Amino acid sequence: MSNENSRSLEIKKGDISRRGFLKNSVVAAMGTLIGAPIVFSENVKGNVLPLPFQQNDLLKELGKNSALIVLNDKPWNIETPAYLLDDEITPTDKMFVRNNGLLPIETDAGNWKLTIDGEAVQEKKSYTLDELKNKFKHYTYQLVLECGGNGRAEFNPPAKGNQWHVGAVHCARWTGVRLKDVLNDVGIKPNAVYIGYYGKDIHLSGNPDKVVISRGVPMHKALEDETLIAFSLNGGPIPKLHGQPLRLVIGGWPASTSGKWLSRISVRDRVHDGPKMEAPSYSVPKFPVEPGSKVKLEDFKIIESMPIKSLITYPKSGAMITEGEKLEIRGHAWAGDRTVKQVQYSIDFGATWKETLLSPPPNRLAWQRFRATVEFPQKGYYEVWAKATDNAGISQPMVVPGWNPKGYLNNATHRIAVKVV
Amino acid sequence: MKNLSTHTGFSKLVYAVFLTLLAFILVIALSILALITYQDNRLADVFKPRAPRTETTTLVIPEPTNGIRNGVDMRTGLIADDGWEMVRANCTACHSAKLITQNRQTRDGWKEVIAWMQETQGLWDLGKNEEPILDYLAKNYAPEAKGRRARLQNIKWYVLKESKN
Repeated sequence: MSNENSRSLEIKKGDISRRGFLKNSVVAAMGTLIGAPIVFSENVKGNVLPLPFQQNDLLKELGKNSALIVLNDKPWNIETPAYLLDDEITPTDKMFVRNNGLLPIETDAGNWKLTIDGEAVQEKKSYTLDELKNKFKHYTYQLVLECGGNGRAEFNPPAKGNQWHVGAVHCARWTGVRLKDVLNDVGIKPNAVYIGYYGKDIHLSGNPDKVVISRGVPMHKALEDETLIAFSLNGGPIPKLHGQPLRLVIGGWPASTSGKWLSRISVRDRVHDGPKMEAPSYSVPKFPVEPGSKVKLEDFKIIESMPIKSLITYPKSGAMITEGEKLEIRGHAWAGDRTVKQVQYSIDFGATWKETLLSPPPNRLAWQRFRATVEFPQKGYYEVWAKATDNAGISQPMVVPGWNPKGYLNNATHRIAVKVV
Repeated sequence: MKNLSTHTGFSKLVYAVFLTLLAFILVIALSILALITYQDNRLADVFKPRAPRTETTTLVIPEPTNGIRNGVDMRTGLIADDGWEMVRANCTACHSAKLITQNRQTRDGWKEVIAWMQETQGLWDLGKNEEPILDYLAKNYAPEAKGRRARLQNIKWYVLKESKN
């Protein structure tokens, strides 16, 4: 895993077994071609193809739109620019990627098993993928998954970690079985408090005994209708980057609760204590703190529902229009477990706000479309700001919200630049 | 004799047919080889419909050639200041150098990151390398003052054509 001169990346590729015999010579020849040795090429038995390092090629090989931004390539962390999130249902190639470890080697659906265990199950039980698919009713929901650290790049003093701007969010269509149906089949004891997932990803240190990330949610969230054990994304199989072949999908909460490469769910009699459940991971101070201050571990609370937020997905920032022309804007708004009741926009830095047309969500925990036609009074530089308000009356702040040590939950109003010439 | 000459003629015919077949098989074999090589070079994808893909392939990506351009190491993106090679050796064994270059911290902040990696992520004791590593990080990846909210930056202006909704 830690080889110096080359990096490994798992991709999906067609049937290559019949041309496997050519592989070694091709690897060697490509090494010559690019003028660099391919380290460990002798270990690279079957399914290996070399490619000169190019971000566009890389994104293409990963099945991603070439305009996405690679924040980190070990592990993979890839952000989507706001204007690429304009689709009602986020296409798979435009979905951000946040991985904590390395991709699992083996994700063969045929051998995959999901085990349900923990202190609060009647009896430990395992299901093959086919058993899950055949035994339980299938449901499809469009669900917002947003990284808890989306917007981290704006915090000051800076917070450590991947510096997400605005694009660590997507709202795709997931198909699977309800976690509550599966837990009902297993049998849950009254002492159940929390669920915690385990996946098959590999720790960055390469240590097979280290769990990369194992998070979860309290029972009331686990038992919601929309909490899925998903085997399908946007009508196709789940790609490796997004959790092939099985993913726990929990809309409205930090996307880190949606465990990828799902192999085990523990029903716990306490708050789950897997890696990255403990403070300060995915946790914020229980009370507002001064920027840059030290916060004691016992003063953190685990993030649950994500806050109200919106994004202007059309037009792309930097649009130049001619004087007198109207500008159509549109985007999405979402509010964790809540719904969005209003989205407004401002072209005067928040001095005045106008209404947008807001659509209802296609289902609970999905984002909502807003659109408006904007008129500008005269030539000049403008910023269009969008501000959403949820059904509890909570709005987005116009500046970066309360500082927290790990840089979570920045839901400040999104801004695009427009010039009228 | 007549029998024999007929037999010789027949042999020649068989031989000719055999040669033709052999040549034919050779051509087919070569074409298959060429096609396979073509596919390995990923050009055949252009001609192939995108079928659902199932098998897992590992792709090995060689890094760009070593070298320092404009004070930046081309391979890792690290600023090539004193101690950068030590940082590369100790930090990029586990994670991408991008995790360093996208972050900004004070010396104390970087020290905390190292302590966290040692406590939870399996990072080794850096020993006498810790000081020069911290010097490098604190100098080259220090926080910038950006206020409560930075102005919009890196705007790429373009002429917006009428959109159809």
